[in-house]
Amino acid sequence: MINQPVVQEEKLLTRPVGEEKRAFMYGNEVVVWAALAAGTEFLFGYPITPQNEIMHYWSRLAPRYGRGFLQTEDELSAGFAALGGIMTGARCFSATAGPGTVLFQEPLSMAEMMRIPLVLVVQQRGGPSTATVIYSQQEVFLTIFGGNGEGLRVVYSPGSHQEMYDFTIKAFATAWEYRFPTLVLGDGYQAKMREPVTLYDPRKKGIDLKPPFPLVGLKGVPGVDREPAHWRNAFSVEEELFEALKPVIDDFHRAAPSLSEKEEGFPEGAELIIAAHGIVGRSVRAAVRELREKDIPVGFFRPITLRPFPDKDIKNVLSACPRLLVVESAQGQLAKLIRIAVGGELEHALKMYAYFRPGLGITAEEVVQEARAILSGERENEAAMSLF
Amino acid sequence: MSEQSMPLSWRTETKPHKFCPGCGHGLVLKALGMAVDRLNIAERVLFGCDIGCSLLSWDFFNLDTVQTHHGRTVPFIVGAKRARPHLVGIAYMGDGGAYAIGVQHLVNATMRNDRILVIIVNNTTYAMTGGQMAPTSLPGQKTETTPGGREPHQEGYPLRGPEMIASFAPGGAYVARGSVSQVQRLSRFLERGLENQLQDRGISVIEALSTCPTNWRTNAVDTWKYLEKEMTEYYPVGELVSPWKSKAGEANRL
Repeated sequence: MINQPVVQEEKLLTRPVGEEKRAFMYGNEVVVWAALAAGTEFLFGYPITPQNEIMHYWSRLAPRYGRGFLQTEDELSAGFAALGGIMTGARCFSATAGPGTVLFQEPLSMAEMMRIPLVLVVQQRGGPSTATVIYSQQEVFLTIFGGNGEGLRVVYSPGSHQEMYDFTIKAFATAWEYRFPTLVLGDGYQAKMREPVTLYDPRKKGIDLKPPFPLVGLKGVPGVDREPAHWRNAFSVEEELFEALKPVIDDFHRAAPSLSEKEEGFPEGAELIIAAHGIVGRSVRAAVRELREKDIPVGFFRPITLRPFPDKDIKNVLSACPRLLVVESAQGQLAKLIRIAVGGELEHALKMYAYFRPGLGITAEEVVQEARAILSGERENEAAMSLF
Repeated sequence: MSEQSMPLSWRTETKPHKFCPGCGHGLVLKALGMAVDRLNIAERVLFGCDIGCSLLSWDFFNLDTVQTHHGRTVPFIVGAKRARPHLVGIAYMGDGGAYAIGVQHLVNATMRNDRILVIIVNNTTYAMTGGQMAPTSLPGQKTETTPGGREPHQEGYPLRGPEMIASFAPGGAYVARGSVSQVQRLSRFLERGLENQLQDRGISVIEALSTCPTNWRTNAVDTWKYLEKEMTEYYPVGELVSPWKSKAGEANRL
């Protein structure tokens, strides 16, 4: 009953992106084109830097393609309004950053409990608190494990505008197929820089964007033609909650292997693996390439999904080379995820080095320098463990 | 219960309901059920309920229903209504949800004149959490967090929600206060609120004065006295803003 597609879907066939085309644009603009191309009906948003241009572009483009926009009174409202829209069967999304991501934990936790396919784009800014409006990678834990619950979310960390486009579209596909809230974790640098990107119609690429379906507002008189749709997230006793939550957790873990994604480079014969995610992954990729050209045996690993984490892949890489440098614009948030993923005996065998620059950008030159220092024995690996 | 006394939109499978004996929620929901029946709109209604005692209405009706978070029922219903305007959105919440933790949503939805009906059940306390002071607790009222009685010098005066909303409600809005001591009249207010939405005029905000003998620690006689005397004196019952009124500020006595 709940899987009946919405008639509205056909209305969205006015394709914002017809033929594949090359463009040069801001990351925030890329997000908007991706959401339009994915057939998203509504953006509910509240201003916070550095994601504002998502609302700016959307509010200009949405009317052209029959989509809706509402600037709400805060992020709580943006999140809950999106949940309301989604439950009626409309693809809706929002975008936020920093303290806005904190407020978004409330609607996200409702989405986890009730399996509501909420899509949220986060453009990280400096933290804690108001900090900077510019850049960081400090919202990793917040996007993954924020909220009172179990982190039943999918989090993509794109590393280029092309990936921003690809994974924003994919976020809608994932959210509606698996019915878990899905986040695209960008950052202020990606949001505000321009670079080339290829825009395409996902349907022409064979990307399976299942039609959205309503959970409420169903056809027929409730109680006469059909049962009423009753949705709740409050339970009377512990056992009642456990019974409701266990299948959700099981579903998440069952889906995890098919959801997790990563990028690897030069793992063969590596004596040091350098791990990074998002935009920092670009610096690491460039650094590793440069070092390999000089026959210095380093490899890199970039988780694309931070949740579910590509556990098996990183275990395989680190089993072959148990020496790891984690590079991130945060104080070890990615490093902690890796330690959790690795676990067990491998964790004890692992020599872990850290290059943590909370709120700072990281260049390929810095990574090259750091990798050289480690390989020449100038760095203490134990220090990484005490830096968290 | 006879057929006449139970609205058709009520779900018999979940009756008797889960509210305490003497609680006013059942009466507010009866008034609402009668209004929904009269307008014959069950297929179009999306009923949202808040946290606190109002959440116990999550399976109360034969209406599509979503229980949301504390204070967030208004934006949830706003989003649903914006996405699917043919639905009739009802946000059902307590005074804490509407006037404290979610007051920004109520104020902004009113400013935007969102086409939804907000029902606020005012029982002068946070009942589900055990009887703490609410924005609506009366001066001198003893609660778990004002054991000596609410002292306006320290805790302020109680909020008259509909009056606040009426002070800036845009044209087309409908604002009223009813009471569970006058169920038929409350039901007519609710019907007008729904009609206002059906006619795409504006927001409808209706407060219902209600009872909480469990937390008030009152017997039947004192419960009713508190509702009809103390509460009604501070919170006058009637329509405050109505598109059907002949002149602004002149209450149309139903």
